Formats: sequence, structure tokens, C-alpha cells
Amino acid sequence: MSTPTPGTPASPKPAAEQAQPSALKALLRHRLVWPILALVLVLIVDAIISPGFFQIRIVQGRLFGNLIDILYRGMPPAMIALGMAVVISTKGIDLSVGSIIAVTGAVMAWRIHEGDSHYVILLTALCVGLACGLWNGFLVSVLEIQPIIATLILMVSGRGIGLMINLLYGGTNPSFTSPLLQGLSTGNLGLVPTRLVVGAVMIVLVWLLVRRTAFGLFLESVGGNAKSAWLSGVSSRLILLSAYLISGLMTAVAAIILTADTHTSDPVTSGLYSELDAILAVVIGGGSLAGGRIYLDGTIIGVLVIQALTTSILTSGLPPEYNLVVKAVVVLIVLLLQSANTRAAVVSLLARRKG
Amino acid sequence: MSAIIELSGISKQFPGVRALDNVEFSVEPGETHALMGENGAGKSTLIKVMTGALQPDGGTIRLAGKEIRPESPGAARAAGIGAVYQEVNLIPTMSVTKNLTLGRLPRKFGLIDWSAARAIAKAKLARLGVDIDVERPVGSYSVAIQQLIAIARALEDDARVLVLDEPTASLDANETERLFEIIRDLKARGLGIVFISHFIDQVYRISDRITVLRNGRRVAVGTVEEIPSLKLVSLMIGRELEHVEHQRPSTETVTSSKPILTAKSVGRRRLLEPFELDLRPGEVVGLAGLLGSGRTETAKLVFGAIRHDSGEIAIDGHPSSSHSPKSSLMAGITFCPEDRKSEGIVPELSVRENIILALQSKRGWLHLLSRKEQERLTAEMIAALNIATPDAEKPVGQLSGGNQQKVLLARSLVSNPRVLILDEPTRGIDVGAHAEIVTLIRQLAAKGMALLVASSELDELLTVSHRIEVMRDRRMVGEISGAEATREKIIQTIAAAS
Amino acid sequence: MKFAHWLTGTVFGASMLLAGAPAHAVTIGFSQVGDEGDWRPAFSKDMQDEAKKEGIDLKFADAQGKEEEQLKAVRAFIAQKVDAIIIAPVVVTGWEQVLREAKRAGIPVFLADRDVDVTDKSLTVTRISADFNLEGRLAGAWLAQASKGQCNVVELQGTVGAAPAIERKKGFEAITSQFPEIKIVKSQSGDFTTEGGKKVMEAFIKSTDNLKGICGVFAHNDNMQLGAIQAMKEAGLNPGKDFLLVSVDYVPAMKDELAKGEASASVELRSAIGKYIYPVVLNYLKDKKELPRWIKIPSDLHHAAAPND
Repeated sequence: MSTPTPGTPASPKPAAEQAQPSALKALLRHRLVWPILALVLVLIVDAIISPGFFQIRIVQGRLFGNLIDILYRGMPPAMIALGMAVVISTKGIDLSVGSIIAVTGAVMAWRIHEGDSHYVILLTALCVGLACGLWNGFLVSVLEIQPIIATLILMVSGRGIGLMINLLYGGTNPSFTSPLLQGLSTGNLGLVPTRLVVGAVMIVLVWLLVRRTAFGLFLESVGGNAKSAWLSGVSSRLILLSAYLISGLMTAVAAIILTADTHTSDPVTSGLYSELDAILAVVIGGGSLAGGRIYLDGTIIGVLVIQALTTSILTSGLPPEYNLVVKAVVVLIVLLLQSANTRAAVVSLLARRKG
Repeated sequence: MSAIIELSGISKQFPGVRALDNVEFSVEPGETHALMGENGAGKSTLIKVMTGALQPDGGTIRLAGKEIRPESPGAARAAGIGAVYQEVNLIPTMSVTKNLTLGRLPRKFGLIDWSAARAIAKAKLARLGVDIDVERPVGSYSVAIQQLIAIARALEDDARVLVLDEPTASLDANETERLFEIIRDLKARGLGIVFISHFIDQVYRISDRITVLRNGRRVAVGTVEEIPSLKLVSLMIGRELEHVEHQRPSTETVTSSKPILTAKSVGRRRLLEPFELDLRPGEVVGLAGLLGSGRTETAKLVFGAIRHDSGEIAIDGHPSSSHSPKSSLMAGITFCPEDRKSEGIVPELSVRENIILALQSKRGWLHLLSRKEQERLTAEMIAALNIATPDAEKPVGQLSGGNQQKVLLARSLVSNPRVLILDEPTRGIDVGAHAEIVTLIRQLAAKGMALLVASSELDELLTVSHRIEVMRDRRMVGEISGAEATREKIIQTIAAAS
Repeated sequence: MKFAHWLTGTVFGASMLLAGAPAHAVTIGFSQVGDEGDWRPAFSKDMQDEAKKEGIDLKFADAQGKEEEQLKAVRAFIAQKVDAIIIAPVVVTGWEQVLREAKRAGIPVFLADRDVDVTDKSLTVTRISADFNLEGRLAGAWLAQASKGQCNVVELQGTVGAAPAIERKKGFEAITSQFPEIKIVKSQSGDFTTEGGKKVMEAFIKSTDNLKGICGVFAHNDNMQLGAIQAMKEAGLNPGKDFLLVSVDYVPAMKDELAKGEASASVELRSAIGKYIYPVVLNYLKDKKELPRWIKIPSDLHHAAAPND
């Protein structure tokens, strides 16, 4: 059966005049335009203030340069942000991701100290993330506690749990060596840093789950109108639970990379404020805290905007006192551009100028 | 007599649509002026322009002869134009007092003077003849009372125009009558009333003049005598309306077949008395009753959206052990809820995603319908139900109410159900769509579907139902079928049950 | 492995070393901030161990980082009529009232670690603590000596606005500014964390073309330096051999790095400071002699076995 086509043919109008502004308007209306524009702007500023910013060389048999650094450093936040995007699409929020990193890191260091096989530790770390997600998901979906409160519990207690695990074997900030885990985090496959490969695989997996199964539709329907989704046969409870599980799992992946990166367990500071960057990335990527939509591509771009900003502040030679202010200002501008109102104003301004 | 409010030459362009095209509209003091038109005719846009929620691209608004340009609903209200919308915009968790005085709280020594606030709230309600406890949260009152609270809130002390957008949609006959008394009283005090409703008989009962919009243009204006109902409907839909009324379906064909769904003394404590119900292929069962009689609850219980705590629901003769929306869906039973906004549509999702939602959840999360298949099914549904949307990817929240209702119907139909449960399928829908849905219900039954239709509109029920179950006070009080099914008989049944 | 005590900080209050055990058991109340990080629990433990050695009856109160808990503890000490009170303050302000209560009760108050902000300086006897500024100066002096006064330095600052970050930077610059050929060419905050240090060093490596022309790295704490070492190694650089790396804290992991020669020097932030604090308190209880406002605990600098030359 074929799709019935609307019977009205396009009215013959002077194409040259009509097409230009409407194409521009359509482009300006595309949801990814502003985050990409922000990314490009940050990179342009970088190119101006530090020549050679885009240089990529091969050092020690691997790609080396600021752009690689942005991807390299952006990989763990990207994992967290993707999990966060899933949770936010259900009208939820996961404030506990930083603490999940602390707990996962502490468990990793402890098990390495106890002499477990490092492959087992890899699985253990993922299970810790899942367990944290299960806890959050249980509070939100079964006990129906508001997500911000439910995840606050682990956010507050997680770092304490991490410290207690460290104390299990007498260590404070214990360090370790693990060829397998450090290889995943700081090693490289050919020219490419291994963590970028891991990140790409995870991104593809999440994308497959969200866009190649009906999971994404169910997430968005639960976030958009949970009652309606339930009446349509969607098990809202199960969907909510899986959202927090995914967030926990993705955070565990980030935790493995981050912990192996510095090969210490430092529950007080590891992953500190990562929940805020993750939420910010989702919002920059076009997501709304009101839920109902998930944009994986936008979220990744959001992470890159934040990371490019961080990297460029570090290379710029700006006194560190300005770091947070500069970051805040750029984020504010991006969010202003994101807001429908500002956008409408810009679009109409451009349209007026054209017409 | 000069107009209290006069809109002239109003135009409004939306991307791709000319929502209003040089529209004239005026209301005189002490007049009720009905604004009529199908969904998408421009009624909502015109009201939004009048109340400052939208800025027109062209034209002028004069209030008592003086040109005004309300920039926001607040500004319009301050100027004397109050509005109450179909979906009541009150904060249900807040007290009546707070809802009525928010933003204008009286202060004493810099602190909020709550006793004065209560007095103001009381006075505002008293003008409408309403006397209720103003400390209770708004959500604890019935929709009818909430409607009156919303009107009280919309009316400033010096209000001159009151816009009522589908004010009777959620009201039963008594409540509607009470609202009309209030409207007459306000008229007598010189207010101009703009009245929008899809209940045509109500329009004739309360209105002095009618303006008809179609496709953003004013197609007619005149007194109720000048525009009789048949003419009104043809003006609205732009064609002659075929008479669908009371062509009742014949009952013989269906009574013999085996029921798909059987409810045996099913009920729920404090919510519904146990009842019996059979749903047979090819049969439409109507649920009639006043507001609050338990129609919606019955429909939901049969679907599994409300759990029953007594009796048994059997599907194809097999008792359904855990009856839930999911299990019903799997058994081929679908449900269109009454409350579109809170239980029906997922506003951010597209028409396509809304339509395939139930079918997809029936298939399970692993078996995603291909994009092509989704688009094909959506296109079929858009064509079959005549859904007015520029494309399948438009967020449903941006469609008009009638089209949202059709999307919900499409969601039910696309999963090929054997039993379709409809709760108020034509609420808030214009005449054209109304007729379409009535026709659709008949076609579906003719194809062998079992339907359960809950509705507050008796004419609608009489038109489509083979059998009508009459509800009263959360109890099924009688069954009417065949030739004895008339308006009078239903009303008698309701009345006799006391 | 040998660690040479290279430099010992200037010491005030030599009298503290002369303290002997008192005739009768002295009761001292000690209000600690909390137990965050590595340093503070070690500090608490040392205070308790040293008290036992000195025969002091120590009443230890953990304020769990809360100002009001601390005020409660100090008032409890006053009520118990302890002989002296030692406070490691949670916050700088808001002390006037409770300190006056202690003074009225005739109980001398000593400060450990942080200072308090009071107008009447006589409310406390003295402050006994390490000197962040001195730590910075030690690091600077060592670097100046090791580089023979010629060095382009990159600096990893602590958390912006934190007292140790400000003072260590000031102290380091006070010394290095004496040497015209020593310049701080890059300076960024690594937030006192390993991850922060690593991130900042990665960025430095890119923006200076693999640390071309750089000879030294000064980190405000060891954790950041440990991160910087990782970043340098991953970029194929040889920390400790081609670069002078000096930092502050002397944590166990830094000991290992110094042993491997991948770091050059670290200034020790002592946690075992009970032996510096109690003698001052006990002596004062004996002779009530006025003390300087601040008694600084000496800092030691440890460096790698074979410093590069």
C-alpha cells in the first residue's frame, strides 16, 4: 500500500525569492543548529587565541592535539550525559551520578587490592553502577518518590560509602595498577585512544536501544504523559526503572575510565559536579527538563561544547579565577539561543531583514 | 446601541496558515454573542487576539470606543476583558482564596492580609451566587464549581466583556442551567458575553447573535432568528449536513453471537456497584447517565484502567486473572479516554508516534515497527479519519482538540481491536467531526467490532447504540434497547431509579 | 631509599622543645573540624596519641564540619572547666562571644590550623600551625637552587580562593621573584585533585608544544602533581628527569614517585603535630608567659634520591 499524497501541487511562485529565506528559516529552526553553532564559535575563538589549536600530531604512536583532547576528556562526561538524557526524557533527573562514580571507583580499587581478576572487576564495576541505578529506579518507579529527592539520597550518601569502602582495607585515596583497566582508559588502539573506541561503541549501543527498538518511544511517551502511556499498554514503571538502570550503567562506564585514568580512588572529589555538566549537556542539546523528548545527537554536541570550552580555558592562559565566569557566560549565551523565545526573535529579525 | 468591544479588520498569519483574515466581530453591552465555527476556523485565535494572548498582524480592537492593544491576558483583564478557557486554568492544589487573589493579594503593613483576601474571594464568588468554603483547595471541588471559580477570577470589578470558551463542556444539565442563570445575570448588568460552545441547542438558548467563522474568515453574522440551526451547521461546515439523527441501528443481527467480553457482577468498593455487561461483535453498547453517575468509571473498569475488587471479567469465555490496560490491549481491547489532555495525547510526540504508541506497546519494545510501516499506518489513519494536520511529524499538542481526539481514535484503531471502548468520543469536537465520528462508530460495528460508548449526549447515544445501559449514582439501573430507546425513556429510567 | 632532610623551616618559639611533663594530669579540650581528606584524620589521631604520651586527659570533639557543633563543643569544654582549649576552627568568623565566655572562665584558648577573625586578639593565646606561605617559599627555594636560578615554570594551582592555594602561590613567588630568570609561564587551577592536575597538564602540554622550554612544574599539592606526572608520561615526556617537579603535602603516593625519580621534591605537610602543640600549651599553663601570635610548625622538604643536576 502506498502513502496517499496530498493533492495540492506546490503553487508556482518566484522560486528564487521564496526559497532563500524559507530555507534559511528552516535551517535556523532545526534543533541542532544552535548547539553546533556554539561549538563552532568556541573553536573559532580557540583558533584565534591559540594558533595551532587544531594541530593534530602523532606522539608515542597515538593521535595528539587539542581536538583529540576534547574528545578524550569529553568521553566520560558523554557517557554520563547520555544516561542523563535517558532519565531526563522520562521527566526525571539523576543527581547521583557523581556519587556513583565515587562508589564505583572505590569498589574497583578495593577489588584490585583484594586481587580479583581485572576482567571480573570490570564486570563488578558495571554491576555497581547497575545496582546504584536499581536503587534510584526503585525509589522513583516503585515508591514513586520524586526523582530529584530520590537521587539526592545516593548523591549525599555515595561519597561516604566510597570513603567507607576505602577504609575497608585501611587505605585513604589508594592507588593501584591495572594494565587492563588503564589500557581501556589511557591506552590506544592503533592511533586512536582506546576510550574513544569504547565511547563510540557505547554511543552506538545507546542509539540502537533508543532508536532501533521501541524503547525510545516508550521513554518519551512516559516522560510526555505517563498516564496516557500506561493506558496505551506501556509499563511506565518498568520504563522508569530501566531509565535509571541505564544511567547507572553509563555512569559506571565513565567511572571505570575516570578511575583508571588517575588509578586512584578518591571518593571526595572524583566526578564532583559531573551531574551538573551532564544536565547542562542535555539541555544545551535541546532536551527539556520537562521530559518527553530525547536527543542523543544534541546531547553529544552539548558535551563537546562544554568540553571544548573547558579545554580552551585551560589552554588560553586566562587566570583561573575567570574559568567559571567564562564558562557561565558561554553557557548562558547558548541557552539563550536555545530558548524558543530568543530563537523566534532572531528568526523574525532575519526574516524581516530579508523580506 | 454602540458596541462594548469591536474588533475590525483583524488578521493573523501563522507559518503556513492564515488563521484570521480581515475578521469583524463586535459585542454589545448586555448581549451574548456566540462565536461558532469548526475546529481550525479561527475561534481560538480570535479570542486570543481579543484577550491579549496573541498580537494581531493587522486590525484594531476598540473597547467602549477607545482603541486598545492588550499585550497580555493580564493587561486585557485589567482593561475589563475576562476570559475562561475550556481547560480550567486554576492551580488545583491551592486554596480558592489564593486562586482568586493571586497577584493581587491585599497587604497590611507589608504583610499579606489573609482575612481581607478571604473577603475578596467571598465577594467575587457572591457576585455569581456561589457560596463555598474558600479555604479548600480548588481541586477538591467539582469541575462545575471550578468553572465558576474560574469565571469569578476572570471578572474584575469593572469587567465589561467576558469570554467563555466551551464553558459547559464538563457540566451536566443542572450545572449548565445554573451557569446560564449566571450568564443572564451578568448580561442584565450590562456585560458583553462571548460564548463558544459545540452544543448547538445551548447556543440557541443563551445567545442573542451568532458570528460564524470558517477558514479564518467571517462567513456570517446575525441574530439567532436570522440563522436557524440547520443554516448554522451548513455555514460552519460549508456544505449541507445530512440528517444522521436517530437513524438507530437495528438490533437483530447481533444478539445471537457469542460475547467477546463478559463482566459478571464486577465492581469496586466505594466506586462502582457490581454490574453485568456483555460486549458482542458488531454491537454498540451505550453508557448513559448524568455527570458523576459512573460512566467513565465503568468504561475504565472494563478496560482494566481501574482494578475491580469483586466479580470477574472474562474474555472469550476465559476469566482474565490480571486485568490491566496491557492485558486488555493484548486481548484486542482498546480505550479512548475522556480526558484528552491528561490521559490521552502525549503532546510533545508527533502525530505518527501518538498513533502507533498502543500498537507498538502491543508488539513489545524489541519489535519496533519500521519507519516505513509507521508512516504507512499513520497516513492511512490520517486519511481514514480525516485528521487535519500538515504532516505526520507535527507534535500532537499543536493540533486542535477535535484532531487530537481523532489521533486518539486512530491510536486505538490502528492496533485492530476487537473491542473498542470510547469515553466521550465527541467532547469538545465540532459538528463536522462529530458526524464523522458517529458514522465511524457505525461502520466499525458493521465490520464486527464490539463497542462500548460512554457519553453525556443522549442524542449521540441513541444514534449509535444497539443497547443503552443507564447509570445513576455509580450503579447500572437499567438497560434499554430496540424501539423503546428514546430520550424520554432514558430520562425516565434515571429518574425512576431513586 | 634515602630521603635527605634538605631544608628545615624557620622555627619560632624554641621554648616548645623544652617542655616537660606536668606534675598532675592536665585536661585539655580539643575541638576538631571533622574527618575530611587524608590529613585531618591523621592529625586527629596524632593529637590523641601524643596526649596519651604526655599524660594529658584529652577531651576530643569532632564538629563534623559544622560551626554550631563546634560552638556547642567549646561551651561544653568551658562547663567541664578544662585547663585549656584547642580549637581547629571550622570557620573564621563568629567567635567573639564564645571566646569571651572562655576568657571569663579563665580558660586559655589555643588555635590549631586555621586562624579566627576577632577584634580582641587577647581572646586567644596563640595559633600553632603550619605556614602555607613557608611551604611555597620552600618549594620556590628548592626550585631556584636546583635550576640554578634559570627556569620556566608551569604552576598547578589549588582551588581558586582557597587559603593554601593563595599562600603557597605567594610564598613561591616571593622567592622566585628574586631570580629574574625564573618565570611562571602558565598557571591554572587543578582543584587540588589528581584528575584536575592531569587535565590541566594535558592542556599545558598542548599549548606549549610538549612543554618546549619548560623546566619546572610547581603544584600546590601532591595529588595534582601525580596527575601531571601521568599526563607527562602519556605524552612521552620524562618527568623528574627532563623536568623539575616540586609540590606540597608529601603523601605516600608521592613518596613512591620520588623513589622512582619521576618527581623531584615535595614539601611535607605534617600531620604529626601534637608534639609541637602540647608543649606550647603545657608551658603556658605553667608560666603564663606571653607567646607570639603565631607559632609556626616547621616544614620539611623531601627530594628524590638523585636530584637532576
